[in-house]
Amino acid sequence: MNRIVAIAKKQPIWIFVVVCLVFFSLSSPYFFDINNFSNILLQASTIGLIALGMTFVMINGNIDLSVGATVALAASLAVGLQPVLGIPGAVCVGLLSGILVGALNGIIAWKTGVDAFIVTLGAMIGVRGIVFIYTEEQSFYAFDFAYSDFGSSTLFSIPVLVLIFGLLTITAHLILKYSIHGRNVFAVGGNRVAAKEAGIRVGPHMLVNFILVGFLAALSGVLLSTQMGASTPNLGRNYELWTITAVVLGGTRLTGGFGSIIGTLGGVLAIAILRNGMNLLQVPSFYVLIILGSILIIVLVIDKRFSSHQGQGVGA
Amino acid sequence: MSAHVEMEESVSRPSDQKTVFQLRGVSKSFPGVKALNGVDLDVREGEVHALLGENGAGKSTLMKILAGIYQPDEGEIILEGQPVHMRTPLEARDYGVLLIHQELSLVPDMTVAENVFLNNMPRFAKLFVHNGHLNDRCAEILSRLNCKFKPTERLGSLSIANQQMVEIARALVFHPKVVIFDEPTASLTDYEKVVLFGVIRELKEDGAAIVYISHRMDEIFELSDRISVLRDGVYQETFETAKTNEDEVTQRMIGRDLDSDIAHEPPELGEIALQVSNLSIAGLYSDISFDVSVGEVVGFYGLVGAGRTEVMETIFGLRKPDSGEIRVNGKASGINCPSDAIDHGLGLVPESRKEQGLVLGMSCKDNTTLAHLGDFTKFGWINAAAEKAIFNQYMEKLRIKCPGWEYSTQNLSGGNQQKVVIGKWLSTSPKILILDEPTRGIDVGSKSEIHHLIRDLAKSGLAVIVVSSEMPEVLTVSDRIIGMYDGKITKCFDRAEVTEDSLIRAITGQEV
Repeated sequence: MNRIVAIAKKQPIWIFVVVCLVFFSLSSPYFFDINNFSNILLQASTIGLIALGMTFVMINGNIDLSVGATVALAASLAVGLQPVLGIPGAVCVGLLSGILVGALNGIIAWKTGVDAFIVTLGAMIGVRGIVFIYTEEQSFYAFDFAYSDFGSSTLFSIPVLVLIFGLLTITAHLILKYSIHGRNVFAVGGNRVAAKEAGIRVGPHMLVNFILVGFLAALSGVLLSTQMGASTPNLGRNYELWTITAVVLGGTRLTGGFGSIIGTLGGVLAIAILRNGMNLLQVPSFYVLIILGSILIIVLVIDKRFSSHQGQGVGA
Repeated sequence: MSAHVEMEESVSRPSDQKTVFQLRGVSKSFPGVKALNGVDLDVREGEVHALLGENGAGKSTLMKILAGIYQPDEGEIILEGQPVHMRTPLEARDYGVLLIHQELSLVPDMTVAENVFLNNMPRFAKLFVHNGHLNDRCAEILSRLNCKFKPTERLGSLSIANQQMVEIARALVFHPKVVIFDEPTASLTDYEKVVLFGVIRELKEDGAAIVYISHRMDEIFELSDRISVLRDGVYQETFETAKTNEDEVTQRMIGRDLDSDIAHEPPELGEIALQVSNLSIAGLYSDISFDVSVGEVVGFYGLVGAGRTEVMETIFGLRKPDSGEIRVNGKASGINCPSDAIDHGLGLVPESRKEQGLVLGMSCKDNTTLAHLGDFTKFGWINAAAEKAIFNQYMEKLRIKCPGWEYSTQNLSGGNQQKVVIGKWLSTSPKILILDEPTRGIDVGSKSEIHHLIRDLAKSGLAVIVVSSEMPEVLTVSDRIIGMYDGKITKCFDRAEVTEDSLIRAITGQEV
């Protein structure tokens, strides 16, 4: 029991995930089903991949609003360039575009000192513009079926995209928890001055994280386009908001210094399960939005209640 | 100056004056420290009452009690014969007691008038700000203060001195009975100081009681009618300014036995570890030259704002010098950032442990290894066992009281937090260790432990610099003491030849 309370305090979102699982299992006959679970994970993996990178950026005390636009850019390039470069070449260009957007965000934020919120807000608007110019407002279709076959392929009857997401989640968790870079993510986000004085090169460090989230957003876009066998210029709209919602649900603080990949995974799953479950219960989609918005606020209120008694020192 | 004092005497003899404000037996404790112990104080109508004491003597605690920021544990505050309880600064303001902060608490993007009447704006129809009225009333107050700027100017465009005037103007709105000034001249030029003193004298003429806190002897003797001295949280004595002199007051302020438990043998000096020549940054400090040898502790003594911290930050690569040279072990250092400094064997225990020293949300262990995490890794992966071992080693060595390595540093006491910061730098095996105010705000026990540690470190072959504003501290730990005033080194003392009086003179800009 104590253990459950401890987990509830540390990762309240996982309690919520369990509650959702139980609730939907009891209320819908279609929910508790291997195929449905694999479906939930597949849906979760798109936002999930971006959320992994966003966790690093947000623990750093930054934010990246340009990820949704990057999803569209990478997907459009990866599909649109296939006739010219072939699938591997086009996918590489797509992924590179994400790295480039991330690097640009990071370098501008580092060198000018402008807040990441503003820099990436600009990138979000600008990159979306580039997508529309490149695609001329057209959707692209992948003519080679190998591309969309990959998106629906499975290994040991698990979707390959879910495996990729799972593998990267584990890697991100290990890096954040056990590597120098991961430790520095917390130090820079927790106290930038102290981190700098301890010899951490804060600017380059943050740049790496922006590149990471840019790359993961691009990867997410490319994988999404393999699922659909196509790309549209409006792909990834509002993804930045869903990603941030998932990360924050997972206990990462907007002010930086706290957070975990486990929590983020919980946040991602919570959103995916809710959407899937309410869909099965035939809740109209607009009501789903109201419920998701309310839950975001409620979970954060609970989190604040649990942690409010910490961090109050007595100043002498 | 003396003529001025005589004039004050003739205008108002103390016996005519009513006591406005009294403290009786006021005590205040913080965890581990008794900041004030049974302090009595009388402040009279129409006088400038200076409050004097070393850092840590309890001046700022007393001031915060006067202004309603802290509540006394014991004792009472009597305002015009009535005991009062001021639970918040707002209540104190309603009683007519106002504090002019050392750090300005103004809104830079609002106009002067808006700042003066912040939270107290003249209104019409209850909801709207009456701008005409606002600016007129502000202009009235500004003219009383002989201010040349307009109520409609943006506050941020004013000089610091004028901003301070705005802060005073804001106090005048409330027709204060008692105005407390905390180091008001710290950021003022000489001319601005004269203007401020004029204003203070005018307030006094109007019958307000002024409590004036400063380290600067010359100012206190120029301005005050009486001087009360605090030492180690205990009220010492009140002097009539006209009937005393700097030596007598200084004596009363220091009046302690030197820490004798630290034996001072002449150190066995090794090579020169750090040599700084003609280092300057415009506006902060100029022409700083000194050296520190292996096995030696050099104390940097001076007032807050004398430029000591900035010099240390420059050595550590946090600031770029305009000119001058820093040599580490005889070679030009070429330090451009803290990680270069760490590679050169430097460590800096910073002035404020919470803002600069610790990542408060991280554990004790994680903070300890932060500055050289690379030493605990293989291919970028952290070896947590090695980390724990090093933290446990320093926890034992520095006697850090904490439940375990995973404990968050934000829940430690100040003294233990400081020990974690020191442990962090010691674990990098530095050759040169700089400690900036290493014992600020920590309890007496930890303080003495840190002093012993500093001596032991020097003995074990480190070159150590201690920056401090506390005289007992520099006298206890240093082999040599460098006095700084206003961005310049005024004198370098050998420990054997230093006197407290000469030290005070060196850091207050009096002739040495």
